[in-house]
Amino acid sequence: MDEESLLLSLELASGSGQGLSPDRRASLLTSLMLVKRDYRFDRVLFWGRILGLVADYYIAQGLSEDQLAPRKTLYRWRRRPGWLRPQDDTEEPGASEGQEGVGASLNCMEWSLLPPATEEMEMQTSVVKGRFMGDPSHAYEHTELQKVNEGEKVFEEEVVVQIKEETRLVSIIDQIDKAVAVIPRGALFKTPFGPIRVNRTFEGLSSSEAKKLSSYFHFREPVELKNKTLLEKADLDPSLDFMDSLEHDIPKGSWSIQMERGNTLVVLRSLLWPGLTFYHAPRTKNYGYIYVGTGEKNIDLPFML
Amino acid sequence: MGDLPPDPEPPPQLTSSLRNSQVSERRRSREHSRPQPTVPEEVQQIPLDAQQINRGWSQGASLTPNENFISQAEEAQRGGIEYPSLNTGFPSEVQPQTYLSEGRLQASHNASLILQQLQQGEGNLFQQLESAYQEPRADLLGQYTRYQREDLHFSQDTQHGPYLRDDPALQFSPSELGFMPFNMEVTEPEPRELAVQNAKAYLLQTSVNCNLSLYEHLVNLLTKILNQRPEDPLFLLESLNRTTQWEWFHPKLDTLRDDPEMQTTYEMAERQKALFGQSGGSEGEQEMEEEAAGTAVPNIMEKAFYLEQAGVGLSSDESFRIFMALKQLVGQQPIHTCRFWGKILGLSRSYLVAEVEFREGEEEVEETMEGGEVMEAHGEEESDEGDEGEEKATDVIPKPTWKPPPVVPKEESRNGANKYLYFVCNEPGQPWVRLPHVTPTQIVQARKIKKLFTGFLDAPVISYPPFPGNEANYLRAQIARISAATHISPLGFYQFSEEEGDEEEEGGAGRDSYEENPDFEGIPVLELVDSMANWVHHTQHILPQGRCTWVNPLQKTEEEELGEEEEKADEGIDEAGQEVGPPLLTPVSEDAEIMHMSPWTARLSCSLSPQYSVAVVRSNLWPGAYAYASGKKFENIYIGWGHKYSPENFNPSLPAPVQQEYPSSPEIVEMSDPTVEEEQALAAAEEEEEEEEEEEEEEDEGQDD
Repeated sequence: MDEESLLLSLELASGSGQGLSPDRRASLLTSLMLVKRDYRFDRVLFWGRILGLVADYYIAQGLSEDQLAPRKTLYRWRRRPGWLRPQDDTEEPGASEGQEGVGASLNCMEWSLLPPATEEMEMQTSVVKGRFMGDPSHAYEHTELQKVNEGEKVFEEEVVVQIKEETRLVSIIDQIDKAVAVIPRGALFKTPFGPIRVNRTFEGLSSSEAKKLSSYFHFREPVELKNKTLLEKADLDPSLDFMDSLEHDIPKGSWSIQMERGNTLVVLRSLLWPGLTFYHAPRTKNYGYIYVGTGEKNIDLPFML
Repeated sequence: MGDLPPDPEPPPQLTSSLRNSQVSERRRSREHSRPQPTVPEEVQQIPLDAQQINRGWSQGASLTPNENFISQAEEAQRGGIEYPSLNTGFPSEVQPQTYLSEGRLQASHNASLILQQLQQGEGNLFQQLESAYQEPRADLLGQYTRYQREDLHFSQDTQHGPYLRDDPALQFSPSELGFMPFNMEVTEPEPRELAVQNAKAYLLQTSVNCNLSLYEHLVNLLTKILNQRPEDPLFLLESLNRTTQWEWFHPKLDTLRDDPEMQTTYEMAERQKALFGQSGGSEGEQEMEEEAAGTAVPNIMEKAFYLEQAGVGLSSDESFRIFMALKQLVGQQPIHTCRFWGKILGLSRSYLVAEVEFREGEEEVEETMEGGEVMEAHGEEESDEGDEGEEKATDVIPKPTWKPPPVVPKEESRNGANKYLYFVCNEPGQPWVRLPHVTPTQIVQARKIKKLFTGFLDAPVISYPPFPGNEANYLRAQIARISAATHISPLGFYQFSEEEGDEEEEGGAGRDSYEENPDFEGIPVLELVDSMANWVHHTQHILPQGRCTWVNPLQKTEEEELGEEEEKADEGIDEAGQEVGPPLLTPVSEDAEIMHMSPWTARLSCSLSPQYSVAVVRSNLWPGAYAYASGKKFENIYIGWGHKYSPENFNPSLPAPVQQEYPSSPEIVEMSDPTVEEEQALAAAEEEEEEEEEEEEEEDEGQDD
């Protein structure tokens, strides 16, 4: 959700039950403003919150002019005093810049930049399961059998691979973005020269359009567009329909679309990544998505439908 | 307003000049010409930017494209002209009329004249009419009437002549009239002219979606600008552009008809409005007193405030609506205590759940109905057995020795899992529906499946193993499980009621009632966060059997046809199977861990001000269950999908193994069927025997004789 309309967005997205407390809201408003200035972002989105066992991560994303360009992701995390950590209390200085430590200063204004996600990261983290701990320097251990060449012999050895939680965080955020970040049709448009811009004349979807899954797009580079038949493509408007719609997501039915607040708000919730809520008030410009959850994919979805 | 110069040039020349000016127009429009805030009167003084124009005439021809458009528009407005749509599919001039009816400016004659010329020029595009009657006429009236001529009947191809309306208002002198057709020449279009035509045709093109062409839109836009004369038009160009577009596509609402799309929204709003309505006026005071005395409705707003501190919960106006809805519920049903339990999200709709306790003595009608169904089932079984007995005839069908496992009886109301009654509704304002009591089988089955709620209470739950009930039952079962697992309170808030001899009699069952501790002092928030031993469960744990208190299911079989021996044998089994769960008010720190992970996470709501914060506890086992405590207040709430967290993937139950048809015993041995050869051999053998018998009989008979 846009940091400009953070308060309203939080109100509208509160139907899923998770929101932010007033102190968090206040600190977010201020710190996101500063982030926007420091990193020279065109727009800053408050992406959401990943709940860890020990602490939570607050994630923000910054966009440049071209809306579909790769986004920079920042996270904020702090340990709370008075919370006994199961591990030892040694801090790792320099683990990530701007990390707040335990202490009297509880100024949680610092954001750290996450590295961009790579495929290798994704492969690494696909073996890690379970909840996030809440400590970016926490290392998950995973034992693998690796072939080790020693001279002429080839045998397998168990190697313990350490995967940092920060890596896992990066890759999960990337997966969630690619899978379930949503934007309504007409909110962005494509200029003839390529870059995608925010459509300032977007006045919202109509009530009937808002109930259809086809009026919402994935907020990412299109993957399935080229697979459409020519007949379908003929009906598309190239300046508006340049992203994949949610209609053909697999598994079918992985989106729950509801009207809330007496029919004045349409809420899409993803069942594949539970915790992602997209809201839009039809006929107004308000829309946005937020993820508040544990950061785990719901693999059981086909059984649950 | 200057004088219009007479038309000195011969028509062709004029035409060409007009064409040129049109070229310039095109260029101008393409370049998005700046709207020049000129007074129409000055139109003649405004030079055209495009100097390439071959001025066929003097000031009269000094058109700016703006003026063209404006005047065209104003013409339409003034004359109420009905621009007929060109059959070639260019709607153009019909549209601006409605839009421009708001225009106010009075165009000058020149402007109108020029416009006229332009129109005629347009006509030229199609039919090469040189004699485009653009002759600036000194005759005012003539000018006025001129554009009443519907020149734009020119829908034909280029070969036909101009169609002039046979309007007596037209004051063409016969000489002129005759003049024009005479001078019509159909010439081959020059390349430049062709370019102009193409350009204009392109601009007049309409998109598939709407009837508006770029030409139209620019006309509208520039008209608007000239009408309103904003201060800095260039700066505002984009917003004006957008507004014009919007106005075009959003006609004002009809005052008589309602917008069909908003119908459902308005209905919901009406219903919610009823929530806020006060009850009858005369009883107002009395009710106020009653309410002040003690209502069953909890202080939702206070709880919502605390939950908001914790970062959980619905928005405040939603909470208020829920409060109103609960108040309505309390008014409708005889409720003793009531609590907002939480919200369960569903696919199409969500459920708001209220946990209530009826007043003493208010029993529900549904109980007897459910009991009736159970009795009927028994009756059917017995009749079946009777039927089987009658079929004895030749073969005795072996009676099935399988008896369905005895049903564990459900708990009485106000006990165990059925301690509270639950009402659900989809949105505040909608009527509350009561959920039926939960049976142990339902809980047992609910543990095995994982299904999302659709939002409709009567939807079937299709799963394996088959769930005995529809979504209402499944919902109730999940609510029961969640309540049993996640309802916690600070240590000391509840205490056991003091009764003598309790502990010995109950045995393994434990106590099942508690009461509030009047001496509860509250635990400091920091301690609550530090250690989970400061929290206790105040709902009974549900045993694997599906109940909170264990019941021997086989005791019910006294009604069946079991002999004493079987009873004794079964008793041996069930003694071993008695299930025990943790007693009431066990501290939460004793909860089982999930994969080395504590099942609860506790936080301070705001670490910046610990002295005023609230302790918040979040369940890791049932994501969405929260509890907060602050001072002497605490509350539990659940907002989520209604499913347990399992670190492992969900493994559905495997189908049951193939059942044995019958036990293999010496009497019943499966043999293979005889093969064809064997059958034939047997048949042959039988025939031989018969023949032998016949022979013997014959011999006997022969002997007798």
